[in-house]
Amino acid sequence: MIHIFAFYLFACIMIASGALTIFARNPVHSVLWLILAFFNAAGLMILVGAEFIAMLLVIVYVGAVAVLFLFVVMMLNIDYAELRAGFVSYLPFGILVAIILAAEILLGVGIWSAGPIELAQRAAPAPVDMPNVQAIGALLYTRYIFLFEAAGIVLLVAMIGAIVLTHRARGGVRGQNIARQNQRRPQDAIVNVAQPVGKGVEL
Amino acid sequence: MTAFFQSLGLPFEGAWLLSTIIGILLIALPLMLAVAMIIYVDRKIWAAMALRRGPNVVGPFGLLQSFADGAKVFLQETIIPAAANKGLFLLAPIITFSVALLSWAVLPFQAGVVLADINVGLLYILAISSLGVYGVVLAGWASNSKYPFFSAMRASAQMISYEVSIGFILISVVLWAGSFNLGTIVESQKGYYGFLNGNGFNPLLFPMAIMFLISALAETARAPFDLTEAESELVAGYQTEYSSMAFALFWLGEYANVILMCALNAILFWGGYLPPFDWAPLYMVPGIIWLFAKIFFFFFVFSWVKATVPRYRYDQLMRLGWKVFLPVSLFFVFLVSGFLMLTRYGGAA
Repeated sequence: MIHIFAFYLFACIMIASGALTIFARNPVHSVLWLILAFFNAAGLMILVGAEFIAMLLVIVYVGAVAVLFLFVVMMLNIDYAELRAGFVSYLPFGILVAIILAAEILLGVGIWSAGPIELAQRAAPAPVDMPNVQAIGALLYTRYIFLFEAAGIVLLVAMIGAIVLTHRARGGVRGQNIARQNQRRPQDAIVNVAQPVGKGVEL
Repeated sequence: MTAFFQSLGLPFEGAWLLSTIIGILLIALPLMLAVAMIIYVDRKIWAAMALRRGPNVVGPFGLLQSFADGAKVFLQETIIPAAANKGLFLLAPIITFSVALLSWAVLPFQAGVVLADINVGLLYILAISSLGVYGVVLAGWASNSKYPFFSAMRASAQMISYEVSIGFILISVVLWAGSFNLGTIVESQKGYYGFLNGNGFNPLLFPMAIMFLISALAETARAPFDLTEAESELVAGYQTEYSSMAFALFWLGEYANVILMCALNAILFWGGYLPPFDWAPLYMVPGIIWLFAKIFFFFFVFSWVKATVPRYRYDQLMRLGWKVFLPVSLFFVFLVSGFLMLTRYGGAA
């Protein structure tokens, strides 16, 4: 009873906030609706018993990715009127993309349930007596270890790429040498002088 | 407790709902009282270290000061700036406050005494604490004012930077305990060298305990990392435009977070509800007393630091987070997992 209620609650809020992400006038509100959608998705994950994925969803998407979105959106000075003006001209293209996506989902689900390709056999059997953190770990670090490491390398390359692309050597920057700052003592910097009256200070 | 209500003839779901609500109230209401008292304690410690008296007028020894302050802000008018984004402006303190309360659900107060005994407890705390940044960012943005906005940017950069190293520190504790469940983590700390209780006594984890304490200061934006509300630069930071109850919610949330971080220090590294020594007579004292004593000790450390350490410069803060804590904590994750691989899990695979 509570399960069913919770499922419909999370699902309805998620769909509604998904729609509001698109229709909100203010981009910052859009991002916030997106966050609410992520949150409810995490709720749905918990309902199907994937609590590890749910927590990761919140930590990664809500805690990191959405903060980044929020920042980009807050920093941009967006002219809402101009943004609205392009809406009609992009509408046919948008509808086309939506139709293609919907068709692909239908095809995918159809093939999955019709089952000529036997996708089910490729999926690993779900262990029953393990919490799902262990289950994922046991699978990820044995059977999919090379794929997992390849994913790591792809991310590393992406990170190095981003650093190379944005890094530029700038002249005239005075960096801080923390070791030198810490080594500095008052007697290196301060001198007590008995200054005669009427004479200027020697610098 | 669910079983008790079931014995009164309620169906399981009703009994579960009722006992959970009672559990929430049993945690949230004393927590609010604790926050009020801890604010008083903070001010008293701070005053004592500055050779002042601190609050001493309202009630005996000024004990009721926080309640007087609470009554005052409650009666004030909530002022919303004309240029503010009204909905988000009011939402921000609510987020901060409720996020500060949410994490308490998975903290074990005594063996088996926990509201939600879930097996991803520590991840839940990470997830919830990563939400905390939204309260500050939204407050800064929705105020539509320069100082709060600067403060919000600083706060989010700071929280995200230190969350990374906190994540690594937690991972090493999780590796050692072999579980994300906080109760299991506490139980795994029993009996170091036969008589000590606490991961902090483990030479591999002791440096992590120190780093976690410092990261906790940064994560809760306490001095010396309180750049988000550096009064000489940013007036009152993201709270500048807030008044009355909205301001009080930020205040309560901030201190509830501080207590939470003290509790996490105690639970992850110093044995939580276990007594510090593995000696039978000490187990006669209820675990909750030990936990509270440890929380109070760490809160004293927090106040002590606040009273004595000058504020960091912004670049120093970022340097400490990214160039010192991140590499060191990553190194210790390797060290801990390597050590466990060699000793506990039977050599190189």
